[in-house]
Amino acid sequence: MERLKTVDDFKTLQDRLLAERDPHIPTIVIPAGTCGQASGANDLIRVAKRELLRRKLLEKVYLRITGCHGFCEMEPSVLVEPRGTFYPKVSLKDMVRIVEGVARGEVLEELLFLNPQTGKRIEKQNDVPFFRKQLRTILSQNEQIDPIRIYNYIETGGYAAMVRVLVNGEPSYVIDEVKASGLRGRGGAGFPTGSKWELLARQVNGTGKFLVCNADEGDPGAYMDRSVIEGNPHGIIEGMIIGAYGTGATEGVIYVRNEYPLAIKHLIIALQQAHELGLLGKYILGTDFSFDIRLVRGAGAFVCGEETALIRSIEGKMGEPRQRPPFPVQKGINGKPTAINNVETWANIPVIIRRGAQEFAKVGRRNTGTKIFSLVGKIRNTGLVEVPMGVTIDKIISDIGGGPVENAKIKAVQTGGPSGGCIPAKMFNLPIDYESLTKVGSIMGSGGMIVMDENTCMVDVAKYFMNFLKDESCGKCFICRKGTQRMYEILDDISKGEGAVGHLDLLEELAYVVKDTAMCGLGQTAPNPVLSTLRYFREEYLEHINNKRCPAGVCKELVTFLINEKCTGCRTCVRSCPEEAITGKKKERHAIDSEKCTKCGACRSLCKFDAIEVS
Amino acid sequence: MINLTINRLKVSVEEGTTLLEASRFYGFPIPTLCYDEGLSPYGACRLCVVEIGDEKKAKLVSSCTYPAEEGLRVRTASSRVVGARKMILELLLASCPQSKIIQDLASAHGIRQQRFRQEYEDCILCGLCVRMCEEQMMAKAIGFRGRGENRSIGTPFDIKSEVCRLCGGCIYVCPACQLRCTYTEPENAICGGCENLSPPCLEKERFDNMMCYMDPCVSCEIRKR
Repeated sequence: MERLKTVDDFKTLQDRLLAERDPHIPTIVIPAGTCGQASGANDLIRVAKRELLRRKLLEKVYLRITGCHGFCEMEPSVLVEPRGTFYPKVSLKDMVRIVEGVARGEVLEELLFLNPQTGKRIEKQNDVPFFRKQLRTILSQNEQIDPIRIYNYIETGGYAAMVRVLVNGEPSYVIDEVKASGLRGRGGAGFPTGSKWELLARQVNGTGKFLVCNADEGDPGAYMDRSVIEGNPHGIIEGMIIGAYGTGATEGVIYVRNEYPLAIKHLIIALQQAHELGLLGKYILGTDFSFDIRLVRGAGAFVCGEETALIRSIEGKMGEPRQRPPFPVQKGINGKPTAINNVETWANIPVIIRRGAQEFAKVGRRNTGTKIFSLVGKIRNTGLVEVPMGVTIDKIISDIGGGPVENAKIKAVQTGGPSGGCIPAKMFNLPIDYESLTKVGSIMGSGGMIVMDENTCMVDVAKYFMNFLKDESCGKCFICRKGTQRMYEILDDISKGEGAVGHLDLLEELAYVVKDTAMCGLGQTAPNPVLSTLRYFREEYLEHINNKRCPAGVCKELVTFLINEKCTGCRTCVRSCPEEAITGKKKERHAIDSEKCTKCGACRSLCKFDAIEVS
Repeated sequence: MINLTINRLKVSVEEGTTLLEASRFYGFPIPTLCYDEGLSPYGACRLCVVEIGDEKKAKLVSSCTYPAEEGLRVRTASSRVVGARKMILELLLASCPQSKIIQDLASAHGIRQQRFRQEYEDCILCGLCVRMCEEQMMAKAIGFRGRGENRSIGTPFDIKSEVCRLCGGCIYVCPACQLRCTYTEPENAICGGCENLSPPCLEKERFDNMMCYMDPCVSCEIRKR
């Protein structure tokens, strides 16, 4: 790779890449993010490569390996461009046929996506309901880019926004654009990004300023940041370079959690390529602007996503938050002014510059732009969805998510991870924006969205999050450390049927004190799961306390497993029981010995006849 | 000089003064457990919370770490502050009932019961010893380890530290281990160390000179078992 010395060099390279590109050559796109690889995308890639070699199709059919496209439920999937044919859940044998089909220009009807509502097959990816109802500004780039090839990024318009900023030569242009776009931090708190950068640009400190990309994504069930980095690392780098130009920052840090090995690998490759091309480092593209980015790996603490703890972690100290003020923008890494933004915020910056702030601001109601959510839990289509700000929860769950799994009724959705709250189904017409979510006791958070149906016990949910938080609280503040432990203790008692009437008041009182007095964001939002479930699902708590009954059949101490008359005596459950608690002869109704039963649920998940009841 | 109001009293303090220092200087008492004049503020015990700001935007912050700001309105004993302090003390009593300092603080705040499951921990992780060792003794022999419920204080890998000079500074500043009350151990239920404080367990005739702030009385509970 030859180093680009001037802006004109870059434009020549970009023109050359565009000229060489032939959009009519069919391309097999295989998403191979962490989720894709886990479901077998690597094997598909191997088969596809082998078939392409064997049939001597290298010049006629291209293969592109990309990051996650978002529809994780249907992975491993294959997309064939330029037609946009979408094949879900592809097996190795199917892959061979797909390669054959692509070479002949055919569409394999029987492998296409089957719409469960209409029973019809859908060919084009963009016609699949899951994709059709989204607005995929950030995620759609994942389809077009091979994350380990910088030329691939440049030919799809990458780094052009950076060049535009460099040519413009006016740092205030960047800040004005970002401010006009109305972009707000995608990490959760929703602080206007433009204002944050303006504060940083105003800081006068001769020794340098820092920009940080916060990729320490730790919410259970949330993985948008991982997918964005894995699929489009150059987008983050470009965003940071633009940000540095606008704010006068000299050093950048990407703080990635070490549990994301693929994201780290792609980032290292991307950083190296950007360096080699002269897009990063000293005198970028021959201008007098220098900016460098280094990678710091998180050591596995959830609290390090909090900005002051993150700064300490980057400095090599223990990840503990500290009091703000002074804010990081005044005193950050090594005492120098620092602005910290989330991965998704950075990914939005090149989009804003490329399309213009006015265009960007047209998207969304109340807040601008799009937001990626990771839709998981008891829902048909799990995956990453990108929607304009201000759409209703119902639209995401019913239209994009495809509604509940089987016949269970959806009860609530949990947004914002452990710091967020549960929103009951009756409020699903709520638009998703920062203010509305805060008003109902939840938060936007980084974008986790866990769907719960009637088989989910809300006490158990609150207990799960409190268990997570009592382990992940840094332990500095007494109230956060002990408060989360005590809340867990009370919830545990309630779930075991040992709850007392006074417990709920005590829980509430304690939760409000923790919210009030903790130092950092983690502690201040830690009681949200408890408070929101108490607010909307109090009767479930009372059912546990007064009647010692778990309506959802989840809390082990409060349920018993029974075999009803539907039992055909197939002995599947007898064999599956690890405690040998089920007895019965073949073709006769079996019985569970409740003394031995540990309520593991193995029998229930295997029974084909719905014969195992939980009451 | 920075002008601010503390409990409606207009005061001015030098720049860099914390709210705790300012409040104490002007005679408003604020209880603390993890603060010591000679050590850097840490903000761990949260007892020193004060309310700042107006009405809807009012929030609680730890006064030991919050710098005085121009025009700030501080309330050191609003009902929100006192309520929070009481809950923190209740939690402290539930975890670390033997510390005389904690008992006295709880008594002074009128706490008569604690509603959580009783624990007997020795350390409240206030971090005074860690800062004493680092900042005053220049040793850095002990530090924090782990996080959340596994957080503890000790030497690295629990090996006897080579830099520790056995100066005892850590024990000197500890609010939890000095003046240990032993009444929670049934065999020496009455030490008499707290006789000067109120209120005593009047209804328990057998322990008439014992001072216990909790209902049910921890000592009596142990006897029952």
